[in-house]
Amino acid sequence: MSNARDQVQRLLALVPYLRENDGARVDDVAKEFGVRPKQILADLKVLWFCGLPGAQMGDLIEIDIESAEGEGVIHINNADYLARPLRLAADEALALLTALRTLREVTAGHDRDAVDRAIAKLEQAAGEAAAAHEGSAAHVHVEPTRPEIAETVNRALAGKRRLHLTYDVPSRDETTERDVDPMRLVVSDGRSYLEAWCRLAEDVRLFRLDRIAAVKLLDLPSEPPPDATPRDLSNGMFQPSERDLLATIRLAPPARWVAEYYPNESVEEGPEGSLVVKLRVADIAWLQRLVLRLGGAATVLDPPDLSSQIAETAREALSAYDL
Amino acid sequence: MSARKSERLLNVVICLLVARTYVTKERIREVVEGYAGQTDDAFEKMFERDKDELRDLGIPIEMGTIDKFFSDDVGYRIRRDVFELPEVHLEPDEAAVLGVAARVWQHAGLSEATTSAVLKLKAAGIQTDQSALSAIEPHVGASEPAFDTVWSAVVSRTAVRFQFLRSGATESMTRTLEPWGIVSWHGRWYVVGRDRDREATRMFRLSRIGGDVKTVGDAGAFTVPEGTDLRSLVSELAPPRPTSEAKVRARTGSCVSLRRRANAIEPYEEGWDLLHVPYADSAVLAEEIASYGPDAVVEGPGDVLDGVLWRLRTVAGV
Repeated sequence: MSNARDQVQRLLALVPYLRENDGARVDDVAKEFGVRPKQILADLKVLWFCGLPGAQMGDLIEIDIESAEGEGVIHINNADYLARPLRLAADEALALLTALRTLREVTAGHDRDAVDRAIAKLEQAAGEAAAAHEGSAAHVHVEPTRPEIAETVNRALAGKRRLHLTYDVPSRDETTERDVDPMRLVVSDGRSYLEAWCRLAEDVRLFRLDRIAAVKLLDLPSEPPPDATPRDLSNGMFQPSERDLLATIRLAPPARWVAEYYPNESVEEGPEGSLVVKLRVADIAWLQRLVLRLGGAATVLDPPDLSSQIAETAREALSAYDL
Repeated sequence: MSARKSERLLNVVICLLVARTYVTKERIREVVEGYAGQTDDAFEKMFERDKDELRDLGIPIEMGTIDKFFSDDVGYRIRRDVFELPEVHLEPDEAAVLGVAARVWQHAGLSEATTSAVLKLKAAGIQTDQSALSAIEPHVGASEPAFDTVWSAVVSRTAVRFQFLRSGATESMTRTLEPWGIVSWHGRWYVVGRDRDREATRMFRLSRIGGDVKTVGDAGAFTVPEGTDLRSLVSELAPPRPTSEAKVRARTGSCVSLRRRANAIEPYEEGWDLLHVPYADSAVLAEEIASYGPDAVVEGPGDVLDGVLWRLRTVAGV
């Protein structure tokens, strides 16, 4: 059961909506407004008692309740004074414009042009609501993608075509070649990813667009297997696997940022301002490179022999210099 | 009883919307079903609360004198040109992108606000297309506890006060800010505005705000300076542009990221290339080169070389 405030807000959009869409079905309207069909019927019964002041018969909004309850079809009359919806509130206008500007960052060609035109018209329609913030109260930075990569990926998605990728994998420090069947383009944490069925890995994979070194549109259809399902990204991009190695590292103060930057299982305060962090590591080479990068500010506590292995790697690296 | 209240609220809206002039409270009491039969006191309270709730929904209820020459009776009205969504015509391809935009926010409050905006546009006769651009899904979330209050303060232009812990600091400080806008950088939210105590533009990372954010003073208490561009403010968060170049030997097939942004790659001795790598900060480049271990060897300049050697020695324990 919705409260009166929500209901009035909905009714102010529902009346003009029903006027625009005479004969709309209760089920469709419910879906559009994100409520149950029962709620729409309850809304209609409220309208039944609304109308011009003085509320004489004939001054009220006319709703064919029988048809709504029986055939599930809505007809509304005598509501000319609520012909248009309420203007956009500031939070609505600003949230919508931010969403559109974020979408703009990942579209290319004609689509981007359409987004630009929509933004300009909605800024106009929002009027004062957006003007107080110069049209922008929030900005979502999306890492730019090289235009030729963005365009080819967008074309493959729109035309359902297979792609060949030259793709860098920094965690293993290697460049790979593979054919992929594009499924969708997602943006998460400000970076763009192509989600695709990878024919090399025979699995669904996410490819960061800024790590695609080269891309070729193939003259083949994109055919992900029917059971290839997009990953649920509601918990973020990085979902560590239980199968990954659980490593423990100690971070001295200059490396404390690591605990904030990388997803981890636990963080505890250690001696002398250090942190002890447990994190899942898919690739041991990645952890080794992190420790080398941090130059002694991080120490691997577990697995126990990794620390000496990394020290040995550092000695090997030093041997290349004439010292 | 909530249905009766909805009827009453909507009838107040209609009454004030169709009136040619301000309508007195007494008249509203007479004509709107639900007010009649209330005691004077109960009516006063009821009407005040209704008025607040309607204004909360963004309904512009104005107050004024009915006849400025002959009486001081005050009344209320809703101006249609302020109430209604202005005419907006979208081409089919422009309307189509609204459906995608409605799915961008992964944050409950902003997702609701966007959906409600799109509903109003649909109610104005704009047909969106769910299937358009269906393979594109930009997602923007916000999990910082401070986000909701800061966003509302930005929208309503209300100053805020909060405890902020600077990076590397151990004690937080109280800051008072006129929030102009928020920016998201790699999934992290920052608020930008005028710091009242420092009388300067400042940016704060929301995840470093401790405890509750409190609003200070009234809404609309400041104006966002003309020409404020969040996009250019966010560039302060981006790494600086390269100004120097280092020479780095890289084993064939390794140092992928260095190679990708090298200005030039020359063949070196068997199994090695010489990369010309642009950089802005020698310490940052030294970190990256050290991370490649024996696969990368710096030729120079000296400060990058020193940085790499220092890191490798510390890790090697020599």
